[in-house]
Amino acid sequence: MYTQALNTAETDDRGLEDAAKAAQFQARIDAEERIEPNDWMPAAYRKTLTRQISQHAHSEIVGMLPEGNWITRAPTLRRKAALLAKVQDECGHGLYLYAAAETLGSSREELVDAMLAGKAKYSSIFNYPTLTWADIGTIGWLVDGAAIMNQIPLCRCSYGPYARAMIRVCKEESFHQRQGYEIMLTLCRGSDEQKAMAQDSLNRWWWPVLMMFGPPDATSQHSDTSTKWKIKRFSNDELRQKFVDATVPQAQYLGLTIPDPGMTQDAEGHWRYSEIDWTEFKQVLAGNGPCNRDRMAARRKAHEDGAWVREAAAAYAAKRAHRQTAQAAE
Amino acid sequence: MATANIEVSETPLVLYALRRADDALILGHRLSEWCGHAPMLEEDMALSNIALDLIGQARELYTYASKVEGKDNDEDKLAYLRDVRQYRNLLLVEQPNGDFAQTLVRQFFYSAFADLYWRAMMSSRDATLAAIAAKSEKESAYHLRHASEWLIRLGDGTDESHARAQAAIDHLWSFTGEMFAVDDGERALIHAGIAVDPGPLRGRWLQTLSDVAREATLMLPQNDWMQQGGRAGRHSEHLGHLLSELQSMQRTFPGLTW
Repeated sequence: MYTQALNTAETDDRGLEDAAKAAQFQARIDAEERIEPNDWMPAAYRKTLTRQISQHAHSEIVGMLPEGNWITRAPTLRRKAALLAKVQDECGHGLYLYAAAETLGSSREELVDAMLAGKAKYSSIFNYPTLTWADIGTIGWLVDGAAIMNQIPLCRCSYGPYARAMIRVCKEESFHQRQGYEIMLTLCRGSDEQKAMAQDSLNRWWWPVLMMFGPPDATSQHSDTSTKWKIKRFSNDELRQKFVDATVPQAQYLGLTIPDPGMTQDAEGHWRYSEIDWTEFKQVLAGNGPCNRDRMAARRKAHEDGAWVREAAAAYAAKRAHRQTAQAAE
Repeated sequence: MATANIEVSETPLVLYALRRADDALILGHRLSEWCGHAPMLEEDMALSNIALDLIGQARELYTYASKVEGKDNDEDKLAYLRDVRQYRNLLLVEQPNGDFAQTLVRQFFYSAFADLYWRAMMSSRDATLAAIAAKSEKESAYHLRHASEWLIRLGDGTDESHARAQAAIDHLWSFTGEMFAVDDGERALIHAGIAVDPGPLRGRWLQTLSDVAREATLMLPQNDWMQQGGRAGRHSEHLGHLLSELQSMQRTFPGLTW
């Protein structure tokens, strides 16, 4: 495994991070330099990034499920191909991100095991069900839209492999977002039934999407150090507001109503949304969302059902290596 | 009513294009069922990729069938508004995914055939079919390589993977004969230099299978009883369920734009 060649967590854990190294590290961050896998880094920086990047990877993979739910039922062949390609992109993002996380010294297997054991999180948004075709539009438009809002600043994240991964991911996500919006536009220009389907979908997804930006700034645990290390460049509330300001005119263009009767536009033009129900967020995070159990069960089933295939591939690779060594020795 | 099945004027050329389109769509649909559930992420990617190629082939072939027919039956009407008895695909491609071995053996049998078939079709006198074949051949060559490599891994992997791969071969074998069958309408197209005669391809197809099976330490069945019927719309019970899922939106909300 090539990560063995890297500066591993083991040496960092001795707690001997000398102050000079730490200061030098922070100076590099402040100078907007990228930190690379072989560079010295504080153990907490490594840990924070491993958690964030792997959570991000898990989200891409679990996120394949709600959208995958409509691949076999997409209404036209063009939509079917586009959705399949999109879900395949998400899988590619997952792979790409696991690879970025591996540069910090944890293997994909370890990270996936932690997720399957329920020890690692993925984005709560994927614990909501896709009930109608309009949900495929809404996920592209709003869920990918919110993800882009979060991820554009990550293209400048201090950790090089993550920042570079994000540049590619953001390009694809913005394509997905346009595709999702185009689905919504088609529905909203369609029959009354289709418009109602689009509005119902927006009603169900709006608040969960706002929760994607995380808890309000006043209660967020990780922001301070993440900001200091330039992993995070905007606060949860700042990003949420940006998203709302960008989305309201899009909804208006579609002729859809944001399900927030209390929403008002302030003097500076910002759309001020009503209080978010953080109890729901906490419940979903705690495993009580509508689909938490289904999502985990589906991922575990794929993992368990596929075990014999992975074992076969490993056994064959070992046999082949053995034969090649034997041949070379002859 | 718009939810009713469409009527297709199945001239020999329309039928010929439809049969290939249906093969590609149904197999693509089956592979797409794996998306998000494959044994490893690399296979989620690969199976989706193959599915996308096949759905792309189906779209081109439906569009051509529609053009030849000259009515209003576009690719979506052909895919979404024909019932089981109107579908013309091979029984092989509609068989359920089963385990990973079954999916890969199904793919291997089909791709080993399709690769030869598309290559032969590249010299069709019908320019559209020749162009579709040129693109499809490149794709099927990759599909065949992917399936062959997996079959070797599974056959020569563990005892369990060997047993599963062998069981899949034994189970799916009787669906392979249909690939080489030809009816009178198609025979006329073959004589006209438009369609491919699959008969002469069987030897090379079998050679590919034997080569891979040998390396995979797997056995090809001696049994030569073959199931038939897909080309004439006599399918297994599996296809109806697949279509009810595939077509659910168009059947529930007839005549809308999506």
